[in-house]
Amino acid sequence: MGVINSIEQLEEYRRELAATAKPDLPTVLVCFGTGCQANGSRLVANAFMEIIKEQGLQVDVNIGIKTTGCHGYCENGPLVALRPQDILYLKVKPEDVPEIVEESVKGGRIVERLVYRDKVTDEIVPRYSEIPFYKHQLRIALRHIGTIDPTSIDDYILAGGYAGLAKALRMEPEDIISEVERSGLRGRGGAGFPTGTKWRSCAAVDSDVRYVMCNGDEGDPGAFMDRSIMEGDPHAVIEGMIIGAYAVGSRQGYIYVRDEYPLAIRNLTTAIEAAREKGLLGENILGTGFSFDIKISRGGGAFVCGESSALMRSVEGNVGEPRAKYIRSVERGLYNKPTVLNNVETWANVPEIILKGAEWYASMGTEGSKGTKVFSLVGKVNNTGLVEVPMGISIRELVENIGGGVLGGKKFKAVQTGGPSGGCIPERLADLPIDFDSLTEAGSMMGSGGIIVMDEDTCMVDVAKYFTGFLVEESCGKCTPCRDGLPRIYDLLTEVTEGRGREEHLDMLEELCDLLTWGALCGLGTSAANPVLSTVKYFRDEYEAHIRDKKCPAGVCKALITYSIDPEACTGCRLCAKNCPQNCITGKRKEAHVIDTSKCIKCGVCKDVCAFDAVRIS
Amino acid sequence: MKEMTQIQDVSRFDRIIDRYERSEESLLAILQDFQREFHYVPEEGIRRLSEVMGVPASKIYAMGTFYKALSLTPRGRHTIKVCTGTACHLKGAPQILETLERELRVKRNGTTEDGEFTLECVNCVGACAMAPVTLVDEVYHGKTRPSKVMDIVRKQVEG
Ligand SMILES: Cc1cc2nc3c(=O)[nH]c(=O)nc-3n(C[C@H](O)[C@H](O)[C@H](O)COP(=O)(O)O)c2cc1C
Ligand code: SF4
Ligand code: SF4
Ligand code: SF4
Ligand code: FES
Repeated sequence: MGVINSIEQLEEYRRELAATAKPDLPTVLVCFGTGCQANGSRLVANAFMEIIKEQGLQVDVNIGIKTTGCHGYCENGPLVALRPQDILYLKVKPEDVPEIVEESVKGGRIVERLVYRDKVTDEIVPRYSEIPFYKHQLRIALRHIGTIDPTSIDDYILAGGYAGLAKALRMEPEDIISEVERSGLRGRGGAGFPTGTKWRSCAAVDSDVRYVMCNGDEGDPGAFMDRSIMEGDPHAVIEGMIIGAYAVGSRQGYIYVRDEYPLAIRNLTTAIEAAREKGLLGENILGTGFSFDIKISRGGGAFVCGESSALMRSVEGNVGEPRAKYIRSVERGLYNKPTVLNNVETWANVPEIILKGAEWYASMGTEGSKGTKVFSLVGKVNNTGLVEVPMGISIRELVENIGGGVLGGKKFKAVQTGGPSGGCIPERLADLPIDFDSLTEAGSMMGSGGIIVMDEDTCMVDVAKYFTGFLVEESCGKCTPCRDGLPRIYDLLTEVTEGRGREEHLDMLEELCDLLTWGALCGLGTSAANPVLSTVKYFRDEYEAHIRDKKCPAGVCKALITYSIDPEACTGCRLCAKNCPQNCITGKRKEAHVIDTSKCIKCGVCKDVCAFDAVRIS
Repeated sequence: MKEMTQIQDVSRFDRIIDRYERSEESLLAILQDFQREFHYVPEEGIRRLSEVMGVPASKIYAMGTFYKALSLTPRGRHTIKVCTGTACHLKGAPQILETLERELRVKRNGTTEDGEFTLECVNCVGACAMAPVTLVDEVYHGKTRPSKVMDIVRKQVEG
């Protein structure tokens, strides 16, 4: 079908798609998210194509870019899902493909060695939906990811897509805004500002032109849910934006995408074109007289461009520097016109809220934070990936039940949330519910939803230094507290990690942090102190160990550690000696080896190659 | 130097510029396409863009220095990017970076003397589950180890 001319026609089109769809046709879904591609999913997909062609099977192999977006369980990629059997195979190699085709696709049996195995009970869990990583999830923003082909608008429509828009177009704009308000949806991009309130303020400003924008800059260096949504379900973002545009009275939208996400840019572009062809974007959408279109803007690789005013300046074709906070972008945003800017995940929630209603959405989550949130659970945890759960789940549940606990049985030490603007929360507070307000109270932030698990081998001073270093690099230099204060904090932290810290350093750090929080112009600066203050607050003893005892308890800070070989564990295999770039390991074959610490540059190669775990750091 | 003379041929810039609307909104995208095509933003390109768009060259230079995706100096034939996002940092990215700096004899964000490699740091490339991640000419390599990273680079570059 070409252009869809009315809401009724859209429903009819959906029925037609459903009638011709063959739900029982075996389908092989190969994940083509960034993570799985890096693990070799392209080779796996090719192997499927070949064997299926060879055997002339009636299988609709959903592969190539036509496959699904990221299932979120990248750790175990390449992932292959089989439908209608609902089987998920992990870490699939091209060699495994003939067996999968023979046993499962044709024979309906399970290839046991490729399915999930419970680490404790050792039971196998072949069903996708039963795997603990997925079982505890509730997917709204990620509702289609991994199940539809993101480059097919028909797939999206068949799965119920654009039904939220159809419903919205029959509502008064005012009623849409109050629906979103009552749902309690808060922005997923960091600050958690109520979305409905933002829309209302924008709609209230008297203006001939208004813009709606999507923030896909995803600057937090440990989060990738926005990437996954833009790659895996681009129409959800587009549909959300059309609804928002109709509600506030906008004719033009922009999606600002991080330059490092080429697949997201490609899939969004394809989706926008497909929506135009179907009459879901452009003039006279679904014959309702409402017109709206979307342009894509590629970011330039600057973290500060995720900040709303900087993002707008960047879209206009300028250097992306933030401007004074008192100018509100809902009144004077892009080209000085009233503008609604929302995050990718925020937009992806909108169609579902309209379709299923505010009460449905508000029934999930906590008092102040409704609905679900997508987290990227990474770091020292067994199951890493994207996880969507109701707001209010505790840190411990997330790390232990879904994350499967800390990697290698090590001790759980802390989680870092909120990226460079957030902070570290210690294990003893792990029963804290994860929602906007609890995290802020604990000195951290929700941020974009990055949850980084840290174990006993993570040095908290190093973490604070890492984030400060990141922000020093990314500061635009427009205001003094941030331009001059941040590097000073970085220097102090460097001195501590290099064993040159003094007792006064901690007070000096706290003072500088205070200055930054109150004096900086934009959110980058005002929240830059969080990583430092939260670690000083919860891990003061670790700072003191660096300062007083000149020791790094986690064995991370290079200036404070030495490498040695445990003579008991060393088998004298010589591997480390062969690989040491300094040639500073000596010893006879089959005898314990020794490191000449005066020459050692602490490169970690010996520890990395030793198969007997004989290299020690102290 | 041969490359320089080729670039002076303005039609190569015009072909890119013509893909976009004549609007300041297109500046960043055009500069990024320059970067992709030439592996840096050539001075001649900035001058041409300024001429065609009627925008002061100084403004375009300012963008060239502000945006990290753009570089005003030529890059190496191969680009190695070490992910220094949070997950990668915790799982050993600093050691990967140091190893590459030492073995290639180049500092981060620098290019080797023979023009073969540019070594860059990038923030999270969205594959944290495979941390630490190293990209060689945009090909992802997960779980890289200091002892193996040079082998990976050599293997890929030499094919
Ligand atoms: C330094 C800085 C970086 C930011 N980066 C992002 C980002 O990458 N993505 C994002 O959605 N919001 C980011 N934000 C928040 C945005 O300014 C803005 O609040 C958000 O996009 C609004 O959408 P929301 O209400 O749906 O969250 C950043 C803010 C600051 C201060
Ligand atoms: S706080 Fe930092 S990033 Fe923000 S405007 Fe000031 S200098 Fe720029
Ligand atoms: S690699 Fe390990 S076991 Fe082998 S000689 Fe070195 S320290 Fe000993
Ligand atoms: S850390 Fe590096 S330099 Fe030091 S002994 Fe081990 S391999 Fe050699
Ligand atoms: S931190 Fe390196 S891929 Fe995310």
